[in-house]
Amino acid sequence: MFWIIQSAISQGILWGIMALGVYITFRVLNFADLTVDGSFALGGALSAVLVYHGVPPLLAVLAATIGGLAAGFCTGFLNTKLRIPGLLASILTQIALYSINLRIMGSPNLSLLRIDTLFTKLAAAGFPDRWVTMALAIVCSLIVILLMYWLFGTEIGSAIRATGNNPKMIRALGVHTDTTTILGLVFGNGLVALSGGLIAQQQGYGDIGMGTGAIVIGLAAIIIGEVLFPQTNFMLRLTGVIVGAVVYRIVIALVLKMGLRSTDMKLFTAILVALALYLPTLRGHARQFQLRRRNGHA
Amino acid sequence: MLDIKSVSKTFNPGTPNQNTVLHSVDLHLDNGDFVTVIGGNGAGKSTLLNVISGAVLPDNGQVLIDTDDVTWLPEYRRARYLGRVFQDPMQGTAGDMGIDENLALAARRGQRRGLAWGIMRPEREQYKQVLQDLNLGLEGRLSIKVKLLSGGQRQALTLLMATLKQPKILLLDEHTAALDPKTGARVLELTQSLIEEHHLTTLMITHNMRDAIRYGNRLIMMHEGRIILDIRGTEKQKLTVEDLLHQFEKASGTALDNDRMLLS
Repeated sequence: MFWIIQSAISQGILWGIMALGVYITFRVLNFADLTVDGSFALGGALSAVLVYHGVPPLLAVLAATIGGLAAGFCTGFLNTKLRIPGLLASILTQIALYSINLRIMGSPNLSLLRIDTLFTKLAAAGFPDRWVTMALAIVCSLIVILLMYWLFGTEIGSAIRATGNNPKMIRALGVHTDTTTILGLVFGNGLVALSGGLIAQQQGYGDIGMGTGAIVIGLAAIIIGEVLFPQTNFMLRLTGVIVGAVVYRIVIALVLKMGLRSTDMKLFTAILVALALYLPTLRGHARQFQLRRRNGHA
Repeated sequence: MLDIKSVSKTFNPGTPNQNTVLHSVDLHLDNGDFVTVIGGNGAGKSTLLNVISGAVLPDNGQVLIDTDDVTWLPEYRRARYLGRVFQDPMQGTAGDMGIDENLALAARRGQRRGLAWGIMRPEREQYKQVLQDLNLGLEGRLSIKVKLLSGGQRQALTLLMATLKQPKILLLDEHTAALDPKTGARVLELTQSLIEEHHLTTLMITHNMRDAIRYGNRLIMMHEGRIILDIRGTEKQKLTVEDLLHQFEKASGTALDNDRMLLS
């Protein structure tokens, strides 16, 4: 049982980096970006193929991240320059990435059996396998959180946040919102692909379907994080997203242990996220109901 | 300071909804002019302001600010000339960001934004000072989110943001219309004092004829896309609401049709 939980935590932290990417587009930029499913698999595909062909694992992860940056740029370009609505622009990139990812890998699945990855290399250096995964995940997520904290504190980062909050106002203050929108999508999808690249190496294979539903998992992690860390500063909110992803993974691991099939998980996640998104509305109804009763109208 | 030369604008050209909102409008503002703009529904007041700010591009004509031709400059690149306050208090500020962060965004209006910190330590002291002058009790709550402020406080903050970095021209689009009369009056007083303090060239749309008469050194009235009255100097000082209504009917040949204007 301990091992299951520990593995869920490590997995959760790695997926949490993806969720941080979703946080940038969904929460900071207020952009429903479905590129994520494609850019996550893109990161996985690039990372797997490059490692398979002998590229140093760290370099492969870097290449995966750059691929994600490019994917985010595509969605941003479609949205801001061609004026395609955000949701549709991101679906177009996502569907295009499906073909691209297949081209990159050459097959729907690429196994890294007996091939050195970031994780096996460190394990070979004498560290215990499970702890390597966890330590690496923590280090990576820490770097990402610090980077985000810095970035969104800068002038450009503030402008990106304002773009998600009130584009009309920030345009009146001289910011080209096309640029800030593209930048937000680029950073977000870069993180998503970084996460995909790390996870492909950790699980030992790249798969064309590994990104399916990633956006929903990202949302689940964000919402769980917000429930656990309400009303807090930016640093803790980012940490909350990682914690949310970990909690999500642990719940999934427990539900699986209870006998649900792994193929049921997407349904389970969808219901979880739908309920979580309903929560604010439910609270409003509950408050109204209470008020009505107090005033004797119920 | 500002020159608008025979600017025309037609919305939805070539369709049944074709609507010419500006008919070859000419307007010149001198440095330090404080011009109030009134007019009926669909007179073209807001479009005139939007042509200046770049939110709407004209079909023809020229817009010059300080002899720079900005006619075709996109909105975000004109920002360095302009301070703007909108009618809706929600539109002038970023609600999910702090008061200090909003001010810091405004302090960098029209500047290149880089990877330096979005807000520096000495800035906070400066903002505390300017907020103190505002007398809204906000100086001690620098980091609270703007969405927690009232409409009047948000509009006062937007005014402060628009003037924090001195603009060539201040554009006010019915910026007190969404406020209750008392708060609106306070925001107008604040507007007046900021304009005087910084010697700002200002264009202010209002639906309140009394305000249009009381404030500014010049009043223009628009009707169906044309400037039909331009009253300044001592003539403006002597103006009354009755005069204005009478002059409007004489100039336009119709009665005034702005419901809000007549009711206020």
